[in-house]
Amino acid sequence: MTTIQTARKTQATPVLDIERIRADFPILKLQVNGKPLVYLDNAASSQMPRQVIDRLVRYQSTQHANINRAVHTLSEIATNEFEGARRKLQHFIHAREEREVIFTSGTTDAINLVMHGYGRKFIGRGDEIILTTLEHHSNIVPWQMLAEEKGATIRVVPINDAGELLIDDYEKLFNERTKFVSVMHVSNALGTINPIKQMIDFAHVHGVPVLVDGAQAAPHMSVDVQDLDCDFYAFSGHKLCGPTGIGILYGKAALLERMQPFKGGGDMILSVTFEKTTYNTIPHKFEAGTPPIAAAIGLGAAVDYLSAIGMDAIHAHELSLLHYASEQMARLLGVRIIGTAEHKAAVLSFVVDGVHPHDIGTLLNEEGIAVRTGHHCAQPVMQRFKLPATSRASFAFYNNMAEVDALIAGIRTVQKVFL
Amino acid sequence: MADSRALYQEVILDHNKKPRNYGVLEQPSHHAAGHNPLCGDHIEVTLNLDGECIASIAFQGAACAICKASASMMTVAVKGKTRTEAETLIHEFTDMATGKLDLSGDHHIGRLVVFAGIADLPVRVKCAILPWHTLRAAFNAVENMSTEAEHDPMHVTIGDA
Repeated sequence: MTTIQTARKTQATPVLDIERIRADFPILKLQVNGKPLVYLDNAASSQMPRQVIDRLVRYQSTQHANINRAVHTLSEIATNEFEGARRKLQHFIHAREEREVIFTSGTTDAINLVMHGYGRKFIGRGDEIILTTLEHHSNIVPWQMLAEEKGATIRVVPINDAGELLIDDYEKLFNERTKFVSVMHVSNALGTINPIKQMIDFAHVHGVPVLVDGAQAAPHMSVDVQDLDCDFYAFSGHKLCGPTGIGILYGKAALLERMQPFKGGGDMILSVTFEKTTYNTIPHKFEAGTPPIAAAIGLGAAVDYLSAIGMDAIHAHELSLLHYASEQMARLLGVRIIGTAEHKAAVLSFVVDGVHPHDIGTLLNEEGIAVRTGHHCAQPVMQRFKLPATSRASFAFYNNMAEVDALIAGIRTVQKVFL
Repeated sequence: MADSRALYQEVILDHNKKPRNYGVLEQPSHHAAGHNPLCGDHIEVTLNLDGECIASIAFQGAACAICKASASMMTVAVKGKTRTEAETLIHEFTDMATGKLDLSGDHHIGRLVVFAGIADLPVRVKCAILPWHTLRAAFNAVENMSTEAEHDPMHVTIGDA
């Protein structure tokens, strides 16, 4: 078992060689509708560098067997590689121990695990769960299911017109019935970076544990779960240059130990008789059945790739894309940016006067530009802004300024069609 | 690969900008609301049947250009037609939008042919057919009215988001 300390970063942020990075991503060479692909739907899912693709091929070609079972060579190699991936993820989020890193199928699965494992055991009738207006449906619906089952109540932190959480209102929601806080780190619909460290500190004063939905944060900035002191942190592999079907739930060991298992099956047990089953230790208690071994190893390769570039450098480059795109978009008449928080990640939601987002999406696609249009699985956010939908450009470190220019030109084209 | 720009041609953009028969009829004999949860599109259709004939029809709602133009052109196409004729057109339009209609054969599509290209844009098919599904729901609504929203036959939902 490895124990790592939180290291403070003192080095200056290096400037990225974006063109060299882009060469790592085979899909970025694609043409869509006869135009070079401009992929700006990274908040939905990111693309995969050949280093990760190659790792998947190598695993599947030379290392695959089931893990934690047989004594044969391949099973031992696969087990070692799988557990090695866990250690890579541990270091990536600066977790104290590797057993605090649980492989799930994604963020949704991780949140559901906490709802079942922690919520169903420790939250009861009359208890209160704090969520925020910004939450993705995946961090709303599980808690509503729990509230319905247990007779608990959901309390919601409101936002201002910029899309920032009202922290005073958050603090006022706490009372002796408050049992859990679940909040996203970065808003997928608006890009707002929430002050989660401050929110976690406040919750802890009241003895309330906090789950952070890090799906939109972990791929874009350095995450230190020990520094944040969050109780749970969830994120997905496929938004982080990894494969789909894999994600991470970080949980403090002491909490994970007290939780009940989510899914029952093989691997999560020490012994089974028809009279009594003894559960395995963490993290295995929460990893029933054969996990997506290749995806976990692929995700390990993805965090190696990102770490080699440096999360701080990634964050800095993405912010420069965001600032440039926001500036350019602000100059377009009839275009309004939705979500203008002071602290924002590289997510740009916008509406165009007189043009429905779906029409924008279809016409931008004609220019080879991939954006998301719709409610972004965050209908409460759309209701707050009284919009049925927005268009959303979301950036990754492999995007460049020329792609921002293509987006802006694309929006101008859309406006011309609808003139 | 379909050229979706071709879909956004003059007639569709015109109906989007200046929708015909826009509004709600007072005391209609038939009405229904259609909703596409995927994109938030919402269309309301009201109509008056005079015997078998569609004497008047109107629509209103918040929707994308494809949906709005489809609704506008639908009201123009079915006004003055019999219910049976309108039902045939609903069937033909839905088939055309999903690429199942032989446009060289017998049909009553007429100017609605501008929507033929939607068949090449699967994610937008629902936008085009929402008004037609809503019209069908309006026709079928009177026989079995319900006050429960979930089972309301006058409320049609398209999409799975």
